[in-house]
Amino acid sequence: MPRALPYLLLMPASLFLLVFFFYPFGLVMVESMTRGGEWTTENFTRMTGHWKFSTAFWNTVWLAAIVVPVQLIMALTMASVVQKLQTGRSSLLYIFAIPLGISDLAAGLIWLAIFEQSGFLNSILHAFGIIDRPQLFLGYQSLWVIFLAVCLAEIWRATAIMMVIIVAGMGLIPKEYNEAAEVFGATRWQRFTRVTLPLLRPSLQTALILRILMAFEVFAVVVALGGTTLPVLMGETFQWQFQLQDRGVAAAYAMVILGLSVAFSLVVLRLLHVPKGARV
Amino acid sequence: MAEIVIKGVAKSFGAFTALHSVDLTIADQEFMVLLGASGCGKTTLLRIIAGLETPSQGEVWIGGRRVDHLPPRARGIAMVFQNYAVFPHLTVFENIAFGLRMAKLPQADVTRRVMRTAELMHIEQLLKRYSGELSGGQRQRVAVARALAMEPDVILMDEPLSNLDALLRLEMRAELKGVLAESKTTTIYVTHDQVEAMSLADRISVMNGGYIVQADRPTEVYRNPAARFVGSFIGNPPMNFLPARKGNNGRWHVAGQDFDGPKAQAAEFAIRPEDLHPAPIGLRAEVRVVEPLGPHTLVTAQVAGQPFRAILESDNQIKPGEEITLAPIPDRIRWFDPETHKAIT
Repeated sequence: MPRALPYLLLMPASLFLLVFFFYPFGLVMVESMTRGGEWTTENFTRMTGHWKFSTAFWNTVWLAAIVVPVQLIMALTMASVVQKLQTGRSSLLYIFAIPLGISDLAAGLIWLAIFEQSGFLNSILHAFGIIDRPQLFLGYQSLWVIFLAVCLAEIWRATAIMMVIIVAGMGLIPKEYNEAAEVFGATRWQRFTRVTLPLLRPSLQTALILRILMAFEVFAVVVALGGTTLPVLMGETFQWQFQLQDRGVAAAYAMVILGLSVAFSLVVLRLLHVPKGARV
Repeated sequence: MAEIVIKGVAKSFGAFTALHSVDLTIADQEFMVLLGASGCGKTTLLRIIAGLETPSQGEVWIGGRRVDHLPPRARGIAMVFQNYAVFPHLTVFENIAFGLRMAKLPQADVTRRVMRTAELMHIEQLLKRYSGELSGGQRQRVAVARALAMEPDVILMDEPLSNLDALLRLEMRAELKGVLAESKTTTIYVTHDQVEAMSLADRISVMNGGYIVQADRPTEVYRNPAARFVGSFIGNPPMNFLPARKGNNGRWHVAGQDFDGPKAQAAEFAIRPEDLHPAPIGLRAEVRVVEPLGPHTLVTAQVAGQPFRAILESDNQIKPGEEITLAPIPDRIRWFDPETHKAIT
């Protein structure tokens, strides 16, 4: 086989990416740093000067900070249980994976149907006589309920993707390591923290990076449950682009999301780094 | 002091019975080898002693304490795994220290014990490396050092040399024997390699189909197999077997020759290939293949239509197609019951 062949075969995909990803990406980058054809930082000052910016920024960060760790713990627990199963393993995986097949907007709407004034939650509470009339859960007076509802919806929607990655990773760890740890005195918990987790680092990297990127891009679920009452970075990008028709500021928001994603991906890569020679 | 007593241990996996009620006593500081072909139950028995498998019935006692309900870590054992199971995410030092850290030993003791066992296994220059940077033989040494560092009453070894190449295996075998004799632990060693078993063991338990067929000193297992299976499994090439018929004179007809034999009704004649020599009177053998092996020559022949092997002096002139007569050494002839396959004495 000629040495150039693999590169030739990969060429169309690479070109496609270059043309339809890096080129528009470059355009957005330029757009965030220009205004009326001149290089300027005005887009960024406008963005940070707006009263919603810091709320949107911290809402996004807090959502990620709460949702991702909860999902990580749940995914690890679920994966450990699934790993132990003798039968019915794949059926269970399919069931867990169902929310993955639903778009994030649809997921948001499902949870809206639960929390809204005429929703399931109100019906149930009323049926049990806990409340005598429907409550407004998702109003602007109770922001924390909206926040909680978004967390719930996100956890419900996207834990499975982490679990699937972790199950695959756990399957790759030879059983003998765990047995060796058991013989040499490790308790169940020590085996998990000292053997399984360190050997799972490559899968954890993938799962965490994927999930953190998704968390910073949270949008449709928030819109469905809270409209603009709970501003997040992606929602603001949308607002500036389409409501306020200011592409420069929207591009600046996109840059902030990108910056966050890159920064946290680097942190994850660094924290879960596996030294050469220490790989399975 | 760690005598191991196994009482009526059986294990089934669904409909498959891996072990049928095994009884075995291993003395303190004894080197016991469990020998058998794959699927004979030897690894299952080892894993039951380790606590990695629960017996379906029976009891396991270590050092006068019943342990079959205890987790592995409460049994005072250490183990060397077939694929070494050297943790890839830890350095060699931390691998050897793993059990000591779990036992919460003070750092000074951990360092002292790791250094001592590393020296013993000649890996002190590798302590900072990861397992991915080691050769198979070095990983093997780390796995043994990790077990020795525990200073356990019992060391269990599951085919520890089977993944090494032939030359390294020979070297490690001798080294293991020395180190383990020094450490004064009771050792149970699983292998399918009879040479390894013969060279290492104080006693060998030959296993077949979930039973222990014979448990005895290596020379005894070799010279006086308790069953036909032992004779056919141990020895390379294995024992020769020939059908025998009782004559009117009370002697046994074997391939046209008469031999003195047991008083039984029916018997099978058996002789080891090296216990034969060319002689004017003996078993008539039609030579098929002659293999000069240096110190001796392996002759494959047919006697009374049965395949038959003899190990002869290398300065003979035997050629394929010839007919020779082979005389067995009389007191090396063994007899087996054709029904039960047990030795007749």
